[in-house]
Amino acid sequence: MRLVKSILLISIITALAFVSCEREKRQFKTTPPSSPPNTPVRQTELQPGPHVAQPQVVNPYEGNAYAMSEGKTLFEWFNCVGCHAHGGGAIGPALMDEKWIYGASPQNLYDTIAEGRPNGMPAFGDKLSSDQIWKLVAYVRSLAGQTPKDASPSRSDHMNMKPSEQEMPQQPLTEKKAEHK
Amino acid sequence: MSHPIKPRLNVAALRILIAAACLSLASCGGNHSALNPAGPQSERIGNLWWLLFTVSVIVFVLVVAFMLYGAYRSRRRNNAATDENAERRMARAVSIAVAVTVVTLFGLLVASVLTGRAISPPPSGDFLTIKITGHQWWWEVEYEDPVASQRVTTANEIHIPTGQTVMLKLTSHDVIHSFWVPSLHGKKDLIPDHEIITTIQADAPGTFRGQCAEFCGHQHAHMAFFIIAEPPDQFQAWLENQRKPSVQPADQLQARGQQVFLTKSCVLCHTIQGTPAGAHVGPNLTHVASRQTIAAGTIPFAHDSLARWVVDSQSVKPGNRMPQNMLSPEELQALLAYLESLK
Amino acid sequence: MNVESATVTTDDVRAREERERAILERTWASPPGLWGWLTTTNHKSIARRYIITAFIFFLLGGIEAAVIRLQLSRPENRILGPDLYDQFFSMHGTTMMFLFAVPIMEALGLYFVPLMIGTRNVALPRLNAFGYYVYLIGGVMIYVAFILNIGVDTGWFSYVPLSGPQYSPGKRVDFWAQMITFTEIAAIVGGIEIIVTAFKQRVPGMSLNRIPIYVWAMIITSFMVLFAMPAVMLSSSMLATDRLISTHFFNPAEGGDPMLWQHLFWFFGHPEVYIIFIPATGLVSTMLPSFTRRPTFGYLALVLSLVATGFIGFGLWVHHMFATDVPQLGQSFFTAASMMIAIPSGIQIFCWLASLWSGKVRFATPMLFILGFIALFVLGGLTGVMLAAVPLDLQVHDTFFVVAHFHYVLIGGAVFPLFGAFYYWFPKWTGRMLSERVGKWNFWLLFIGFNLTFFPMHQLGLQGMPRRVYTYQEGTGWANLNALASIGAVIIATSVVIFIANVLWSCRNGLAAGNNPWESDTLEWDTQSPPPPYNFVFPPTVNSRTPMWTRTADTPVVTGLRSECREVLLTNPLDAEPDRRYEMPGPSIWPLMLALGVGVTFIVVIFTPWGIPIGGTLCAIALIGWFWSGNRPEPNLPGQTREPLEDEL
Repeated sequence: MRLVKSILLISIITALAFVSCEREKRQFKTTPPSSPPNTPVRQTELQPGPHVAQPQVVNPYEGNAYAMSEGKTLFEWFNCVGCHAHGGGAIGPALMDEKWIYGASPQNLYDTIAEGRPNGMPAFGDKLSSDQIWKLVAYVRSLAGQTPKDASPSRSDHMNMKPSEQEMPQQPLTEKKAEHK
Repeated sequence: MSHPIKPRLNVAALRILIAAACLSLASCGGNHSALNPAGPQSERIGNLWWLLFTVSVIVFVLVVAFMLYGAYRSRRRNNAATDENAERRMARAVSIAVAVTVVTLFGLLVASVLTGRAISPPPSGDFLTIKITGHQWWWEVEYEDPVASQRVTTANEIHIPTGQTVMLKLTSHDVIHSFWVPSLHGKKDLIPDHEIITTIQADAPGTFRGQCAEFCGHQHAHMAFFIIAEPPDQFQAWLENQRKPSVQPADQLQARGQQVFLTKSCVLCHTIQGTPAGAHVGPNLTHVASRQTIAAGTIPFAHDSLARWVVDSQSVKPGNRMPQNMLSPEELQALLAYLESLK
Repeated sequence: MNVESATVTTDDVRAREERERAILERTWASPPGLWGWLTTTNHKSIARRYIITAFIFFLLGGIEAAVIRLQLSRPENRILGPDLYDQFFSMHGTTMMFLFAVPIMEALGLYFVPLMIGTRNVALPRLNAFGYYVYLIGGVMIYVAFILNIGVDTGWFSYVPLSGPQYSPGKRVDFWAQMITFTEIAAIVGGIEIIVTAFKQRVPGMSLNRIPIYVWAMIITSFMVLFAMPAVMLSSSMLATDRLISTHFFNPAEGGDPMLWQHLFWFFGHPEVYIIFIPATGLVSTMLPSFTRRPTFGYLALVLSLVATGFIGFGLWVHHMFATDVPQLGQSFFTAASMMIAIPSGIQIFCWLASLWSGKVRFATPMLFILGFIALFVLGGLTGVMLAAVPLDLQVHDTFFVVAHFHYVLIGGAVFPLFGAFYYWFPKWTGRMLSERVGKWNFWLLFIGFNLTFFPMHQLGLQGMPRRVYTYQEGTGWANLNALASIGAVIIATSVVIFIANVLWSCRNGLAAGNNPWESDTLEWDTQSPPPPYNFVFPPTVNSRTPMWTRTADTPVVTGLRSECREVLLTNPLDAEPDRRYEMPGPSIWPLMLALGVGVTFIVVIFTPWGIPIGGTLCAIALIGWFWSGNRPEPNLPGQTREPLEDEL
C-alpha cells in the first residue's frame, strides 16, 4: 500500500511539473528584444490570388497575470487614462464594453496601439517596445472581461472608481465591426 | 577542584576565539558597515553595539564555561548531589545569577533608551530637507525649497554637506522600502501614504553606500544608493549646478542623440529639464552624467555599461521597468553621446 | 476508588493483566487495511503521521535553503533568477515556520502528552484526525502550487502592499494565504486537544505540581496557539479578500492601512517564535533528568518561567517594526518588554546549569544535543537582546544579522532539542535504539556546520548585507563570508543525511530498547516500546514528580475502566482526583471527509466565490455524518455488563 501511495505521489508530481502554470510566468527578458508583429494594419479581408489563411498572431502574454498587471501599470504611466479613463471612456472610446471599433482580436489591438487610429489615437509604435505593447494589449482585453478571471488584475491600491478587471462580467470575444467608423 | 586545568584550557580557547572574532569585527571596513561609523548617529549606535557586544561575550563565556565545567566535574561523582544543602546552595546561586541578569538588563535598557533619544530627529530646526521616495527599484531624491523653481530632483545619489544635520522625509510610491546607510544611521522604512522623518549627518567627506533593506520585489537586491558627503561650499556648487536646466547639445552627434531621446521610448518615462521630456515615471536624467552609477547603484555610469543598460536592461536587472530598446547602432551612439553630455 | 494496590500475588496479577490486554487489543485496534488507515483516531498513529509529514517538510525546506545558499555562494550568481529565488526563500520560510516547526512541536505533544499523563488517547480524538488532514491538505496544496510556478514570492511575512492585489498579480499569494488558514486551523485544533487532555485526563495523583515540565510546556504553548493563531488567520483572510473580492483592508487610499497587516501579523509572529521555543525547552527539561540522574533543578521556577514567557511573548510584537516610525514611548515600552523576556529564559538556563552542576552527567547523544542547545540558544538570546535595543535594531533589522539571530534561536533553540528528542524517544517509538556512534557524528557535524553557516552572517549583517537579496554585487566585501556560509550548509546537509541513514538503519538493526532504556522518570517509559494502542493495561498512578524513580511494588494502578469499549478515566483539573469514566469515540471516516470539505472550500474560493456554497455543503454533510455516528448505541457485549465503580479489592 505504501508503494502504491508513493508511486501515485511521484507520478502526480511529475505530471504537475510538466504543466507549469502559464498564468504565473514572470517573463522579463524577450528575445529578440523587440519584434513587431509580422503584418501591418489590414483594413480589408480581401486579398489577391488564391485565398490563404493569414497566420494568426498570438499575444505571447495571453492570460498571463504578471503581464496584465504590468500592462495596467503602463496604462497609467503612459496616460492612456487621459483619454480612455479607467476603461469607461471619455475623449477616447470606452474599453470596458464589448464594442471594438477596429476589431477585438489581440492583433487588432496591437495595431491600434502601434499604428494609431484616425480621430485621435496616437501611434505608439516607435515609443513602445513590442513587449510593452503586448502587455498593454493583454491588459486592455481584461478591461472588457475578455481574459480569464483568475489572471485579470484585481483592485489597485488607490481610489477604485469601478469594479476591478477581475470582477468584470465575462464577455465573449466578439468582433462587432464599427457601425460608425 | 583538583583538575581545573582542562576547563581553564576551554575558557582560554574560547577567549582566544572571541578575541579573534573581535579583531575580525573591528577590522572590517567598507563604506557600508555599521561598524565603521561616519556620523554622530551611527557613532552613538556603534558605542551601544560595543557595549552590548562586550556584555554578550562575557555572558556567553560565563554560561558556556559553567556548562562545560559543570558537566565535566560530575564525572568524578557516582551519583547526583541532591541533598538538601546542595539544593539550597544551588538555589542561592541561581537566584544570584537571576538578580545579576535583571540588573544587567536594566542597565542595557537605560543605555538603549538614552541612545535612542540621542539619535532621534530633533523636533524642529532649519535643516536642509530632502524628500526621498522609494520606487520599484530606485530612489527619487528631491531637495526641498520654498521656491518651486529652486527644487532639485535627482535619483539614487544623495549629496549632503558635511557637518550639518540633514533631514530626510521618507515615503514610497509603491510598496514598502527601507532606507539604510549603515555608516551614517540605522534604517527607516518608506511606507506608501506615510511620511517618516529621520536625520543624518556626515562628519567628514566621503561616499557611503546604502541599500534598500525591506524586501520590495524582484530587484530588491539591486536597489542601492550612495550618499556623497562634501564640504558645504562644494555641496552648494553641486546644488547650483543641479538647479540649472540640462546643457544643450554641443555638437551634431549630441543633437542627434537628443532627437533620439525625444522620439524614442525614453521620453515616455524620463524628464530632462530644458527639453520637452517631462515624464515622471523613471529617474530624472537632467544631470545624469554627474552621477557615478546607474540603475540604482547596479552598474557604473560608463559608456559600455550605459549602452548595455539602454539596449538590454533586462539582463542587467531582470524584472525592472526599463524596456529593452531597439535602436540602430547609429541611434545608440548618438543617444549615449547626448546622455554623457548631461553633466 | 478505582485505584487499586498491586500487592496481590504476581500470578494473579499477571493472569488478569493478560486477560485485560487481550480485550484491550481488540477494543482499541484500528480496522485493518486502507480503511483503518484513513479512519484511525489513535493519537499515536496520527502523531506519527504528523511527525513524518513535518519531517518531510523539514527536508523540503532544507533543500530550499541549500538552493538559497548555492545561489548566494558567490556574487552576481545567476543560477536562480530573482523570480525563482523569491519563491525559494519564501517557501523556505513558510515551510519551516508553518509546515515544520509548529506542527512537529504539536505532533510531539499529541504523541507524548497522553503517555506522560497516563491516559489512553487524546481528548476529542476525531478532531485530532481532522487537524492532521487539514494540515496535510494545506501543505500538499502549497507544494503543488510551488511546482506549478504558483509558489509564494513575497516572503514568509508577505508584507502588504507587496503581497497585495496590485503588486502580486496571479494566484501565488492567494494560495499562500489559504495555506496559512489551513495550518492554523490544524494548530488550533491540536492546541485545544492538548489543553483538554492535560487538564482532564491525568492519572490519579498527578496534581498540577506533579505534571511533567514537558506537559506544562505544551499546555502553555497550546494556550499561546489559541490566542496567537486567530490573529494571523484574520490577517490572511483579510489579505485574501483584498485580493479576491476587492476589499480595502490594506488600501490606504480607501481608508485601509498597510501597517494593520504588520501589527496583526507580528501579534501572531512573535508569539509564534515562543510557540516553537517553549516546547523545545520542555523537551530539554524533560530529557535532562535521564542524563543528569536527578530531577531537573527548580521545577517551580521552570514552570513559572514558561508561564511568564507565554504572557510576555504577546507584549513585544512591535520590536519587529521599529523601523516603521514607532513613537519614542512605544519604542521604550517594547524594548523593555523584549528585554524582560530574557529574564524567564535566563532562569531556565540557570536551572539547567544547576542540574548539570549537581548531576551525574551521561554524555549520550541526546545530552550532546542539549549542551549544544544551551550554547547556541544563549548566543541567539544575546543577539536577541541586541535586537531589542531600538538603536541597534535600526542598524541590523532586516539584515543577515537577523537571519543569523533567528536561526540561532530556532535551529539552536528548537531543532537541536528536537534532534535530541528524536534520539531520546526513538526507542519508545520503535522499540530500537538509534546508533550512538552515528549519533555523535550527527551532532558534531550539525554543530560545526551550523556555526559555520550562521555565525558569519552576524558580521555580514553588520557590514550592510540586507536579507532576501537574490544576489549581491562584487566589491561589497560579502563574498568570502557568504562562501563560508555555503560550505557550512553542505556540512549541515551531510549531518541530516547521516541522521536519516541512522534512522533507516536502526529501524531494522538497532539494539532492542526495552521499556525504559534511559532509566527515565516519566510515565511514557512505563509501557511497552512501541506503546500498544491503548497505551497502558492498567494506567499507573503517581506519587511524585518522578514517578518512574519513586514507584514501589505497591504503587497503585487504575482498574475498573471498561476494556470492551474505549473508556478513559477523567480526573479533575487541579488535583487529578478521579472524576468519572468517559467513553471515547472510535475510528471514523468523517474527520477525513470534513477536512476534504474544508479543503474544497479554501481551494475553490481562490478561483470563484462558488467555493463557499459548494464547500459549505460538503462540510455540512461531513458534520452531519460526524455527529450522527456519535449517537450510535453503546456496544454492550453480551455477558459483560458495566462494572460498578466501587471496585473489587
